[in-house]
Amino acid sequence: MSYETERNFDDVGPGFMGSATSVGEGILGYIIGLVLAALLTAASFAVIYTNLIWGPAIPAALVTLAVAQMGVHLVFFLHLTTAPDNTNNAMALAFGVLIVALIIGGSLWIMDHLNHNMAPMHHGLTLGAAPVR
Amino acid sequence: MSASETLPFTTAPSIDPYKLGHDGRRRRPDDGGAGRNYSTGHGEGGPASKRVIVAYGFWIFLLSDIVMFSAFFAAHAVLRSATAGGPSGHELFDPRSVAIETSCLLLSSFTCGLSAVAASVRSQLWTQLSLLITGILGLAFLAFEARDFMTMIAQGAGPQRSAFLSSFFSVVGLHGMHVSAGLLWLGTMMAQVFVKGFRAVIMRRLLCFNLFWHVLDIIWIALFTIVYLMGEGL
Repeated sequence: MSYETERNFDDVGPGFMGSATSVGEGILGYIIGLVLAALLTAASFAVIYTNLIWGPAIPAALVTLAVAQMGVHLVFFLHLTTAPDNTNNAMALAFGVLIVALIIGGSLWIMDHLNHNMAPMHHGLTLGAAPVR
Repeated sequence: MSASETLPFTTAPSIDPYKLGHDGRRRRPDDGGAGRNYSTGHGEGGPASKRVIVAYGFWIFLLSDIVMFSAFFAAHAVLRSATAGGPSGHELFDPRSVAIETSCLLLSSFTCGLSAVAASVRSQLWTQLSLLITGILGLAFLAFEARDFMTMIAQGAGPQRSAFLSSFFSVVGLHGMHVSAGLLWLGTMMAQVFVKGFRAVIMRRLLCFNLFWHVLDIIWIALFTIVYLMGEGL
């Protein structure tokens, strides 16, 4: 009961610096985000330009690093949280991610199948995607 | 407790149980001076403040923008190996240039965040300064991208060369157009902050600009990963 009455009913918009109470705290959040994002970016480039990762695993490694960096940006730059006052923002994002996954995943899936089932053509005219390595 | 369950507000520690007036205690530091008015709404607490509504609406727009980008990404992913005998990404892309562009955009996202902190404490000097650095980094990004495009076109690898290059120029160019529009917006925001100060409507516009700029950087993460790095690996 006390939870219901003392709960803050306000929602928080995306990009609100909710938890930061001082300038230093606000800047610190952005510095943490910058350092993490820079590390993840450097890791992405290292995956390609060094031999750290086994060749066929490179696409998976790149996607993982990219998703991680997007998460860092969402949390530290866009201040998205999973708190109750952020539910609307997170739900909208989840819906956007669903549509993006359907469009990209569906396109690749369908075009890959079309490509496999297509009659052999002249090399330069191949339209569909070749399987990624 | 049964009485308070039928009358939910009787336990609220307030002389204003129906929240008819402004409630300064609940104001957020990031409210942008908009204040809150609990009296205008329907039901408990009234509608969200205008700042929340504007930011949420702009968030929905940005997500729809991301969905549009995803269609361009899907086209590029499908057409990436359709080089029609022309050059592939591995022969065309300059990793140094991509790394510089990535750094510019990431740092500009950071300084854009600093401008939001500066604006939250109403510092004209630091807001203008961080917005200016954001704009310079954005311009540098665009300059490098334009140089890349010119080099490719000079090599005969323009958008009309192959389906791969058409989709490449579409998706990267679309992002570049967003950055250009963002720079125009940034310039007008600097002028508006300078002339009008940190009134509520300006704070809302600054918030929307921040969201826009950060989302452009998120899209660039997908771009350098899918288009450049994976294209390099192919």
